[in-house]
Amino acid sequence: MGTWHIFRREVQSYFQSFIAYVIISAFLLLAGYFFYTDLIMYIMWTLKKVDFEKIWELYFNDIRYMMTIIMPLITMRLFAEEKKLGTIELLWTYPLRDWELFAGKYLSALLMLVIMLGLTLTYPAVTSLLFQIDLRPLFAGYLGLFLMGSAFIICGVTISILTENQIVAALGTYLVLLLFWFLTWNEAVANPDMINILLNFSLFDRLYNFTRGAIDLKDVVFFINFHLVFAVLALLALSARKWRGIQ
Amino acid sequence: MIEVEQLTKYYGPIRGIEDLSFRIDRGDVVGLLGPNGSGKTTTMRILTCFFPPTRGRALVYGYDVVKNPLQVRQHIGYLPERVPLYPDMDIREYLRFAASAKRVDPAKRTAQIDEVMAVCGIVDMANRLIGALSKGYRQRVCLAQALLNKPEILILDEPTIGLDPRQVSDFRSLIKNLGRDRTIILCTHILPEVSETCNRVVIIHKGRLIALDTPQNLQEKIQMYGQIYIQYYGNNPRLEGLMAGVPGVVTVEAAEATFSGAGAFNIQVQKDETILRELSALVHTEGGPILEMKKLNLTLEDVFLELVTKEEAK
Repeated sequence: MGTWHIFRREVQSYFQSFIAYVIISAFLLLAGYFFYTDLIMYIMWTLKKVDFEKIWELYFNDIRYMMTIIMPLITMRLFAEEKKLGTIELLWTYPLRDWELFAGKYLSALLMLVIMLGLTLTYPAVTSLLFQIDLRPLFAGYLGLFLMGSAFIICGVTISILTENQIVAALGTYLVLLLFWFLTWNEAVANPDMINILLNFSLFDRLYNFTRGAIDLKDVVFFINFHLVFAVLALLALSARKWRGIQ
Repeated sequence: MIEVEQLTKYYGPIRGIEDLSFRIDRGDVVGLLGPNGSGKTTTMRILTCFFPPTRGRALVYGYDVVKNPLQVRQHIGYLPERVPLYPDMDIREYLRFAASAKRVDPAKRTAQIDEVMAVCGIVDMANRLIGALSKGYRQRVCLAQALLNKPEILILDEPTIGLDPRQVSDFRSLIKNLGRDRTIILCTHILPEVSETCNRVVIIHKGRLIALDTPQNLQEKIQMYGQIYIQYYGNNPRLEGLMAGVPGVVTVEAAEATFSGAGAFNIQVQKDETILRELSALVHTEGGPILEMKKLNLTLEDVFLELVTKEEAK
């Protein structure tokens, strides 16, 4: 119940403060541009037969970069703003549990992600009017994007708990996400065994199978674990007031 | 209604409060007094289940703040000192959110929101954006929020800071009205506010309880000495010494005279009516005709200062 009330207020706030419109429009503009260029480029390269699986692969990778940039902007305010305004003090004296507070905020950002990804479905929909498209790789790709985006969100919401400055929250989220991205960029210095271990933790490489139309249970489990770790960290951060005490 | 036993809170090595014990009964309006950093906010935050105490026990409405925080929170309304609100919501929208978060029965939500808006005098402003409200109205909105779900216990942290004098007096009478059927803890620096609205006073200093009584009793307890102000027409430098020699007089000090050509003294005496006669006779014969003579009453402020300085001297 508590989750629902928090969720509703956050969604209301996203749309009333125009953050939602600005961010969704920016996302769609870029996503549309990338889809267009990916399509054109691929048609020019291959000249005759259009291989959609390759196009999706390019397109999903482009969306992944955009999500990296945009999701922290959506999550940065969730707790930082409450802390800045002091409203968190009231929420903490309402009959709400910490996890309800966290879940409500997480889900509101998730709704933004669903709206953003949902609206991009128009691109394949329009394309399908002209070409025969296999839906399965498309589904896998979108599932991968959704899982990855939700991982960005849970990371962003958790970091937002740690500060009352929204900019710091966003930059901190970029920092953590970049860390997960750069994890496997060090082939030159690390030995292959090391890389293979690091690969298990890499967030960005997890999309690889999805973009090629394969849903690997291992990848799904990775995202679930990622969520669990950050959820635990978030609840610890929220309950820190109980042992640290803030003035 | 509220029972606190040996409540202790440490922030790391820093003491917030220590061994605080008191009881507040139903219908009490309690003033929680103390200098800055004395532990008032810490006490309130424990009672509102914001954080748990390091040691000790606090029962609010029969529920333990550590074991049943959600039940406790259902029975309290809290107005924090910072008056935190969401600037991007309008008043009604905000109260609707607060009502749902405080688990007001959905069927009664609208009626209750209307009621608290009427009590706080913000009905006309219902559709105004909170960000555009003046400090006084923000205070009222935040109080309205605290009143939702009809809490039996209201905890108000510095509720009249930043209000203009008329709003202050409105707010105080509002608190008095609310106190008729509720328990209120009023945390403040402003002592006249306490004398005016509270029937009990809790004074804490450096995290410890130093007094818990009615304002009248506190004043009487402290008033082991009476204070007398005498103004006479004349100027006798020896008079001060003579008065100090009267048995029962504790201290004599020169005070400001309001008439021209007059001298004046503040005299602390032990409570004894006969001293008044002796002093007036002495001033009359040695000094000159008496222009003014009055007994000064200790204000709560004097009581507070007295208690706090005594505690500091320990």
